[in-house]
Amino acid sequence: MKIGEQRKTETRGIEEREEDQRPMSSIGLNDPSVRCEVVEQKTAVPCLVLENLSKDFGGLRAVDKINLKIEPGERRVLMGPNGAGKTTLFNLVSGVYPSSAGRILYFEKDVTGLPSYRRAALGIARTYQITNLFPNLTVSDNILMACQALVRTKFVMFRPLSSYHRLMDQCNNLLKEFGLWEKRNELVKNLSHGDQRQIEVSLALAEKPRLLLLDEPAAGLSSAETHALTLLLKKLDPSITILLIEHDMDVAFEFAERITVLYQGKFLAEGTKEEIKNNSTVQEIYLGSE
Amino acid sequence: MSEFLLVQTLNGLSFGALLFLLASGLSLIYGVMKIVNIAHGSYFMLGAYVGLSVILRTKSFMLGAFAGGLVVGVVGMIMERGFLRKFPLKALPQMMITLGFALVFRDLALLIWGGDPYTLPSPEFLRGSTHIYQVVFPVYRLFVIGVAALVAIALWLFNDKTLVGAKLRAAVDDHEMASGVGLNVPLISGCMFGLGAFLAAFGGVMGGPIFGVYPGLDFELLSLAFVVVIVGGRGSLKGSAVGSILVGLVDNFGKALVPELSYFTLFAPMAIIVAFKPTGLFGRE
Amino acid sequence: MKDSLASKTKIIGLILAILILVIMPPFYTSYWITLFTQMLIYGILAMSLDILLGYTGLSSFGHAGFFGASGYVVAVLATRYKMGFLSCFVSGIAVTTVISMIFGLLVAHATGVYFLIITLALGMTLWGLAFRWVTMTGGDNGISGIPRPDMGLPISLKDPLTFYYFILIFFLICLILMVIYVRSPFGHSLKGVRESESRMRVLGYHTWLHKYLSYVSSAAFAGVAGTLWAYFDGFISPYNMDLTASIEIILMVILGGPGTLIGPALGAGIIVFLKNFISAYTQRWLLIVGTIYILTILYAPQGLMNLLKDWLKGGRKKTEAEEVL
Repeated sequence: MKIGEQRKTETRGIEEREEDQRPMSSIGLNDPSVRCEVVEQKTAVPCLVLENLSKDFGGLRAVDKINLKIEPGERRVLMGPNGAGKTTLFNLVSGVYPSSAGRILYFEKDVTGLPSYRRAALGIARTYQITNLFPNLTVSDNILMACQALVRTKFVMFRPLSSYHRLMDQCNNLLKEFGLWEKRNELVKNLSHGDQRQIEVSLALAEKPRLLLLDEPAAGLSSAETHALTLLLKKLDPSITILLIEHDMDVAFEFAERITVLYQGKFLAEGTKEEIKNNSTVQEIYLGSE
Repeated sequence: MSEFLLVQTLNGLSFGALLFLLASGLSLIYGVMKIVNIAHGSYFMLGAYVGLSVILRTKSFMLGAFAGGLVVGVVGMIMERGFLRKFPLKALPQMMITLGFALVFRDLALLIWGGDPYTLPSPEFLRGSTHIYQVVFPVYRLFVIGVAALVAIALWLFNDKTLVGAKLRAAVDDHEMASGVGLNVPLISGCMFGLGAFLAAFGGVMGGPIFGVYPGLDFELLSLAFVVVIVGGRGSLKGSAVGSILVGLVDNFGKALVPELSYFTLFAPMAIIVAFKPTGLFGRE
Repeated sequence: MKDSLASKTKIIGLILAILILVIMPPFYTSYWITLFTQMLIYGILAMSLDILLGYTGLSSFGHAGFFGASGYVVAVLATRYKMGFLSCFVSGIAVTTVISMIFGLLVAHATGVYFLIITLALGMTLWGLAFRWVTMTGGDNGISGIPRPDMGLPISLKDPLTFYYFILIFFLICLILMVIYVRSPFGHSLKGVRESESRMRVLGYHTWLHKYLSYVSSAAFAGVAGTLWAYFDGFISPYNMDLTASIEIILMVILGGPGTLIGPALGAGIIVFLKNFISAYTQRWLLIVGTIYILTILYAPQGLMNLLKDWLKGGRKKTEAEEVL
């Protein structure tokens, strides 16, 4: 059972998922078997479609009639000065906020009314700009939380978690992939910011998402850490669709295939790296705020 | 039948009036500091006790009411300044501390006034009853309704119409911004806490002639105040008013119709509100 | 180095526990035997709250309501209908569980302060029932005369020592069940809810359901403690389940250390001991409890057990009260 096939059964509900059906490689980095499935997907249905999506907070319209289409496997960067509505958009797509108007289509399925946890089961994962981890738990425990999130095992009450070898192996593999093995028994709140950002991303990837929303993953990182992060992002499975919010222009341009620019909650521009770089309106708003 | 209805409604309203004095203070404190003051019922009780002592000595009800309010108001401010400030913006530790104080207050009251229940004497000119539509009703209870209504109007005006009220709303909405604009947020918090305590204690004295005062009063009323907050909505003055009236009526009719289940009858409105509008009738967030 | 200190402490603790609770009791006076029996019952109660407060991060101010509810069920069934231990025990837990399943529907969507308010109000409605439903509960006077269960044993359970070991068995069973529970995948998810409910939702957890199940399971264990208490004390009254009682349980958990199970059990032992000890000399128990509360929050908000853990890890790490509470 490969990742592509697994996901099609997702719409029948998370109950179908058994841990036995998950491939052993934890995040599918450069897994050739997976890539074969991907080619079939790319010619099919767009991963994410936003139709006239809007969000009001009382009198304030934070997001105004946004239309967006992202193809499977695409690397899209969302840019815009502060207050442009980027994080709000993430919150809408991941289900944290209910939308005020418009639709969200995920692989042609209307998920607009679904709560976050159902969207996660369908393969939507996100990271947070302001680190949102489990501070008083160890790194291992944090990652285990993500590993068990979408399997029925999470409801077992009378058998120790440590006895579930597949979950433990999945967790250990993730720890090693992200260079966190040495620190696995440290409490997350005692780790450096850079390590915490690593864990942010690893939590999202633990669930083998099809759509990954990364909210300023490089926030607060040193240039060395940012470089490591960029390398990691580039090695991610090409079948995963990635939507990235990033303020760091270098990271953004390095990573992007297409860029969408938002301004004050509205769509401003969209295009390839070159098109956006040369777009005068975009330059104006950025020169104004950088 | 209609006499029964009228009497019970008036009873419920007078009870609701007292609840309003209690709940509005709670709401005020919650609104500014985002904490729930577990000692709030204790303020009501202490106010009644202090009022009792003052009234017995000075024979003046009004003096007792204001003395009770002031003393407890000061106690409240000391609590806030001396202890709650140690945990700025951390709701749970602050509440736990108010909880500790509630227990301390209960015991101090036992120590000072003993365990016997007392009924406060109502002012001379308010004793006796009056006729309303063929029904005989104690004047004092009508007085209580009147006072609570006045306080409600005063609070509403204060909140909506005055500069101080505007400052308060600013402080509530955003502490950082408010201090940035030069508002003394700690001072405002302290005063609000004191005002809330004053209202509760004042209510305690007002309620004294009707319920009396005894060591269990603090938690019984606290629970009722909480029901008011659940039904009416947190941080909302309108909610406190409507909630108090509703709870007063339900509790009273419950006592009159099914005395054995009367406390439990409060469960029904709570459940309905929580099921359909979890934030309460007028609650925000 | 640090690890072996931790394991040595655990072993010493275990040995002490076995000594004090299992081996030595036949040598205690009946005062101490009954005191330890009380400690064990409240230990179960405190651990049950720890599941909700310490592990799931939900402050319930109405927990004593469940304790009292099952106690009353046993009282009524045992005194009025002369039913046997098993029927009373099961009924007590069943009724408490059903009540919590209904209450849970109102409560599971709430969090933080609001959870506190609702659970307090619900706890007091149960108290109100005990207080005013005089024909069923005896009102303020409570129900007395609950006989010790007749289990057909050679030694009667009326003997304090025998009854103590009877309770000890229940305590151990509950402890083992709860330890397995908090170490299970579900128990793990509760910790996640405590640490960051928002992250849990986004990861794919239906947090409402987890909180609901935590609330109900916590109430069920409290129900166990309540049934045992009714048989221990032979008497149940509204004072076993009022707000003050709920507050005492919270103090046991916070003093002992939320999220450690053993901590709250220890906390229960300390509070029960203090209450009995102090009440012999002065009436001022509430004053002292209140002061302990305030001092604990000010100076040791993470509780004794966590203090011990930090000390063992070498170096006191002052955790912010907020993170634990």
